[in-house]
Amino acid sequence: MRFVDEFRDAEKARALSARITALCEPGRQYKLMEVCGGHTHTIYKHGLEDYLPEQITLVHGPGCPVCVIPMGRVDDAMALASEPDVIMTSFGDMMRVPGSNGSFFDAKARGTDIRMVYSPLDSLKIARQNTDKRVVFMAIGFETTAPSTAMTVLRAAAEGLDNFSIFCNHVTIIPAIKAILDSPDLRLDGFIGPGHVSTVIGCRPYEFIARDYGKPVVVAGFEPLDILQSIYLLMLQLSRGEAAVENQYSRVVPWDGNAVALRAIGQTMELRPYFEWRGLGFISHSALKVRAEYERFDAEKLFSVPGVRVADPKACQCGEVLKGVLKPWECKVFGTACTPETPIGTCMVSPEGACAAYYNYGRLTRHRVKEASAS
Amino acid sequence: MTAPHESPAAGWVQQALQEHERFEHHGSPQPLPGTVREELVLERIDRARRARPRVREDRITMSHGAGGKATQTLIEAVFLDAFRNPALEPLEDAARLQVGGARLALTTDSYVVSPLFFPGGDIGDLAVNGTVNDLSTAGAVPLYLSAGFILEEGFGVAELTRIVASMQAAAQRAGVQVVTGDTKVVQKGKADGCYINTAGVGLLAPGTSLGVAQARPGDVILVSGPIGDHGVTIMLARGELDIEADVCSDTAPLNGLVADLLAAAPGVRALRDATRGGVATILNEIAAAAGVGVLVIEDDIPVRPEVRGAAELLGIDPMYVACEGRLVAVVSPDDASAALAALRAHSQGAEAAVIGTVTEQPPGIVQLKTAFGGTRIVDLLVGDPLPRIC
Repeated sequence: MRFVDEFRDAEKARALSARITALCEPGRQYKLMEVCGGHTHTIYKHGLEDYLPEQITLVHGPGCPVCVIPMGRVDDAMALASEPDVIMTSFGDMMRVPGSNGSFFDAKARGTDIRMVYSPLDSLKIARQNTDKRVVFMAIGFETTAPSTAMTVLRAAAEGLDNFSIFCNHVTIIPAIKAILDSPDLRLDGFIGPGHVSTVIGCRPYEFIARDYGKPVVVAGFEPLDILQSIYLLMLQLSRGEAAVENQYSRVVPWDGNAVALRAIGQTMELRPYFEWRGLGFISHSALKVRAEYERFDAEKLFSVPGVRVADPKACQCGEVLKGVLKPWECKVFGTACTPETPIGTCMVSPEGACAAYYNYGRLTRHRVKEASAS
Repeated sequence: MTAPHESPAAGWVQQALQEHERFEHHGSPQPLPGTVREELVLERIDRARRARPRVREDRITMSHGAGGKATQTLIEAVFLDAFRNPALEPLEDAARLQVGGARLALTTDSYVVSPLFFPGGDIGDLAVNGTVNDLSTAGAVPLYLSAGFILEEGFGVAELTRIVASMQAAAQRAGVQVVTGDTKVVQKGKADGCYINTAGVGLLAPGTSLGVAQARPGDVILVSGPIGDHGVTIMLARGELDIEADVCSDTAPLNGLVADLLAAAPGVRALRDATRGGVATILNEIAAAAGVGVLVIEDDIPVRPEVRGAAELLGIDPMYVACEGRLVAVVSPDDASAALAALRAHSQGAEAAVIGTVTEQPPGIVQLKTAFGGTRIVDLLVGDPLPRIC
């Protein structure tokens, strides 16, 4: 299939793999973080680690929209959904995230009106069709999805809809990367930069990583060869002792981002003073809320939201996994109590979550270890 | 506030934590190397996966109907537990029964597909073909069907007539008769137009004993044609996605194809029609039932470009998408080429292909050699993004 197969060519992968291996300094271990959960998914789905030498470890980062939502916000959303006459609308991968009292799916089974949508515009359509109901869109995601939420708010305003609002949980990627860079737990050699976020914000916001922290960043596409090539570019910089921001995904990512999308975000949303991230705690200026001018579309203004901070289940180590400190299988309950059927933490829910990706695709290391020890 | 994971079901989380503790304090003063620790964790997961299934939800969710892990858990923990008997226990698509001198296969299936009419078929031929196929893949010659209708008040008689006509046409094509039935009507809003249940009975030839548990290392795995057509067709027919593609459901009776295959290749060990949960689910059933590994080659799995394109856009894997007229066959290595030739000689199997082999290691696990050249696991799905596919 055109535009897909070119980026999954095994022969090109073998060639890149050889070049990557050649760049490894003997005895040196490399830790590269793929920030984005979409990359984590691609890496596992295509078995990309098979092409990497043992000296290179990929560390899975916090860029999974569903994973970083703390339990308190899930409970808030559930409270909103239970308000009279409310239709809650949500993307599919949010449906299974457990709150204190179960997930959206469980609430739906109990009779709460929660509907799955593919786009916030679908929520708008539901609002137009149900004028006697109040339709709330569970807005989640990084700068990737914030523009579509923003455009939806602008359209609702233009149409004068008065029964549509958003529960805004949009977060921004740069403060999370900074929190990881400042965390003493982890020493990283470089970053595979998020692709879709960068289509909106461009590459400039990452410059501080190279300048202030001396780490290379390569913004990468989502096909397996994109990621492998980005690893090669990172290794090339490391071998030369350089640290710069490069754009591997130039077929989609403009260096300066998308001005129209950024303007839509800026028009409808502003930074919150602080926001709680699952596992990473409160990070200042790391999330967006609806601007006062559009507060008639802000579910947090229209309804009373409990806003109670809920501690993660004691057994859950999603925070450590999101920071890249623990590998999924190192979590205490991974695969035993916490599985895709009965997830305890968010990382096991989203297809972009490191735990779900490893559980569904990656549980092969044992086999590989056996093979290696036999040969 | 206590999280539910720690209150009503405290037992299972506690147990996992205790096991983790024991594992961390394994008695050796030196920490174990990473690869060994990972391997031990994977073994612990295997044990957890083999543990007796329990439904942990208080209520039925859509996942319980999706054909993946949640469906399996529900079947094993609720239905099998209550009805347990030797005919049910193998959990094959049809039960095998000795009645007097005859060996019969018996199966039933309900159809709730939405929309009722779609490119390539409708709920009527689906309801006949699905049951015919469950009998055929058990190795039986399908004979008689029952048909039960649950109709919603207000449903059009013209639509019903059209559905029934297409059932009769499908029955004639498959050489079976609908010999008994039932009709119920429920108030408007209590059902969605028309649901159909069919049951079927077929005759097993003496000596036929197909079953996924009979897969042996070295066996070859085939599919009878491109996969995922039905599921993608239904998804697009709902019109919610604003994607158009030239795809058509593959709904068809498999009894003719199966007869040719069994005649040509006595080494066929198991047949399954890849409905809900797709080929991936069948492969997992083989691995679990026979305690073997399964290795499939992504490049060898036939998928139409339109189906692959739509699946790629939607972020779903064709391996999990339902077919309604495709079978997966496990065949002894000696008979593999005869089986492939027999399938290809039939009009419904022209694009049949060998997609993989049964391996000794690792037991219970389906591995996929990806087109990109890596290796990964193909697990059962938990939920299905596509409810009411059949």
